[in-house]
Amino acid sequence: MSQQSKSASKAPEKSLPAGKSVVFINARVVDPSTNRDEPGGVLVKDGLIADLGSHLRRNAPAGVEVVDCKGHVLAPGLIDMQVFTGEPGFEHRETLKTASHAAAAGGVTTMVVMPETNPVIDQVALVDFIQRRARDNALVHVHTMAAMTKGLAGEEMTEIGLLKRAGAIAFSNGKSSIANTRVMRNVLNYAKDFGALVVHHTEDPYLTGSATMNSGEVASRLGLSGASKLAETIVLERDVRLVALTGGSYHAATISCEESLEVVRGAKARKLPVTCGVSINHLTLNENDIGSYRTFLKVRPPLRREEDRVAMVRAVASGDIDVIVSSHDPQDADTKRRPFSEAADGAVGLETLLVAALRLVHSGDVPLSVVLRAMTINPARLLGLHSGRIVKGAIADLVLFDMGEPWVVNKDLLRSRSKNSPFDEAKMQGRVLRTVVAGETVFEYGR
Amino acid sequence: MAKSSTGSELTRFPRRHLLTCEGLSAAEIEFLLKLADANADAIQRGARKRSVLSDRTLINLFFESSTRTQASFEMAGRRLGADVMNMNVATSSVTKGETLIDTAVTLNAMRPDLIVVRHHAAGAVELLSQKVDCSVINAGDGAHQHPTQALLDALTIRRAKGRIAGLTVAICGDILHSRVARSNINVLNTLGANVRIIAPSTLLPSSPERLGTEVYTDMWKGLEGADVVMMLRLQRERMDGSYVPSSREFFHFFGLDHEKLSHAKPDALIMHPGPMNRGVEIASTVADDSRSVIREQVEMGVAVRMAVLEALSAHLPAQEGETS
Repeated sequence: MSQQSKSASKAPEKSLPAGKSVVFINARVVDPSTNRDEPGGVLVKDGLIADLGSHLRRNAPAGVEVVDCKGHVLAPGLIDMQVFTGEPGFEHRETLKTASHAAAAGGVTTMVVMPETNPVIDQVALVDFIQRRARDNALVHVHTMAAMTKGLAGEEMTEIGLLKRAGAIAFSNGKSSIANTRVMRNVLNYAKDFGALVVHHTEDPYLTGSATMNSGEVASRLGLSGASKLAETIVLERDVRLVALTGGSYHAATISCEESLEVVRGAKARKLPVTCGVSINHLTLNENDIGSYRTFLKVRPPLRREEDRVAMVRAVASGDIDVIVSSHDPQDADTKRRPFSEAADGAVGLETLLVAALRLVHSGDVPLSVVLRAMTINPARLLGLHSGRIVKGAIADLVLFDMGEPWVVNKDLLRSRSKNSPFDEAKMQGRVLRTVVAGETVFEYGR
Repeated sequence: MAKSSTGSELTRFPRRHLLTCEGLSAAEIEFLLKLADANADAIQRGARKRSVLSDRTLINLFFESSTRTQASFEMAGRRLGADVMNMNVATSSVTKGETLIDTAVTLNAMRPDLIVVRHHAAGAVELLSQKVDCSVINAGDGAHQHPTQALLDALTIRRAKGRIAGLTVAICGDILHSRVARSNINVLNTLGANVRIIAPSTLLPSSPERLGTEVYTDMWKGLEGADVVMMLRLQRERMDGSYVPSSREFFHFFGLDHEKLSHAKPDALIMHPGPMNRGVEIASTVADDSRSVIREQVEMGVAVRMAVLEALSAHLPAQEGETS
């Protein structure tokens, strides 16, 4: 739409601080967008990256604040495409402000918040509400994923054109799939006209029914009803056929099994505009971690078998999976301290996203730049953001982290208002030292 | 004398029914438009009622409610001297479960000369035409065809612009469900216009480019350089989120306002088959703009329908007492 391109991305951005300069020296600069991984430095001016390279490794320009990175990794700040907050409606679980503090502590400089709030973000005024609240209260960039059906009910399309103009960055149906195939076809067809990205949770609600964990041996032993992987793959396969029909851009939000990967690979081989994501939980945990009904590991899609986790990790390494998300989903005692089958789905993950992802690097399964790519330049390109890269003129969203420092997660020290971390008491290797948003340090370890 | 010379010309329209615009030749269309043009002039001069169809019976059989089309056919029939009968389907045996074919057979037994039919199902009028001995005129069958609308639109354009060949006509709105669009695409293409269709993808039929049109989902681009902008009605039940999220969004991206209209040629004609939803597909000020020929379309409707009735009646068997 010519009109819409004129006013594209009207979302209020963090204003860039004028005149201030800071140089990060003695860093290992890793930028997946340019395949850069070398010792050097980055000069930030007026909130933008003014210069970078090995000539800044030791030498700081005069009159500029100097940050010595001590050889640690300086990478683009992470872009997390799937963050649930409780604002509006469930502020006791999380607000945009508390989520943004968790994001900053985790090296996430841009979070895309989901429409599954109360009320659901399905109207122009609500997109505006989120963007204004975020501008006034959040430490990091916040973009709004708007609902693609009214009330997320899967029946009637939302005003995709006007929502996009208001700043909605993509469209989602939250944690539920659109079961009605005709509605899904119409959404894809309609969204295409506006260049809007459809991000879909793929799960056949009828097949899953009331099942609460992955179908298989563990579910059988625990006496829990099992959710079949097929529920995910069937909807994904249907969606890919609808993409082939309509030509609309489609992103499968979080896939979790080998069978779904096959569908995505097939779609990509046919050059369809299909991409997919995976949650950090499905790369680092499996159904056995549920142990004796640990509800903090009850997530959606459910944690699968170890073989599926390994397949997901390999697909990140091969590039078949485009994006890694935290799927940060704050839940409190009211919703989690219940029998497993009655507990809510969801796990917080903003603060542990990067360090958990480093497990894949330390295990030798995925190179650092490939892991970072799925959390920086890939989501940036999908969403049409100009961040997620360290190049001259780009916005200075950066994360500085130590690859090696060991520590143990203590959920009570998490900045998120909700403490439902599946990594509580888990050993981690790697620590976020500093997070920079538009040139401003928004988090510094130990301060 | 005058009557017999008209009669010899009428034999040039070689059809008994007018069911569709698909397949009508340019010569056939020109023939009807020429007749209609003369009718329009005559009506404007205040000409008296004619007797071409005197003692002929015209039945208006409308299975779908309509005010303007039914009135227009009735007016056309009366101006030509026909006895016009309006079948009120709402109170007829159709609502008692009679099939369309039984209705046709029953009506045929009454020996009418012309039947004008509107039906909600595509193809219904053609089905009915196979079961009757008289001439049948399609006044709209589902999302298929509405031939007299396309002819009156062509006449309106030609009288305003002096020609149709080479003009760029943009048809905007609910193409998927529109018989007006399909009929116009046929007629305008046959007469040599460049036809564009503009709609969100959810309101386009499949393979739209195969209909002989350029397809746009961006109205601003689709209106660029258009000589004629033809708006279609968006029915309320399409705005509930299954095809279009809301009338507000539809108007924003596909409603004709002055800003979008400014992308068309400065002297672009504004057309609408009616009835209009002001503020949904067309802004009130645009509908009432000096370039709007919406009122003329209604006027041409009577002239065109007279021409069609006249042309088809040439094939009717001679009446008793009439010499050959």
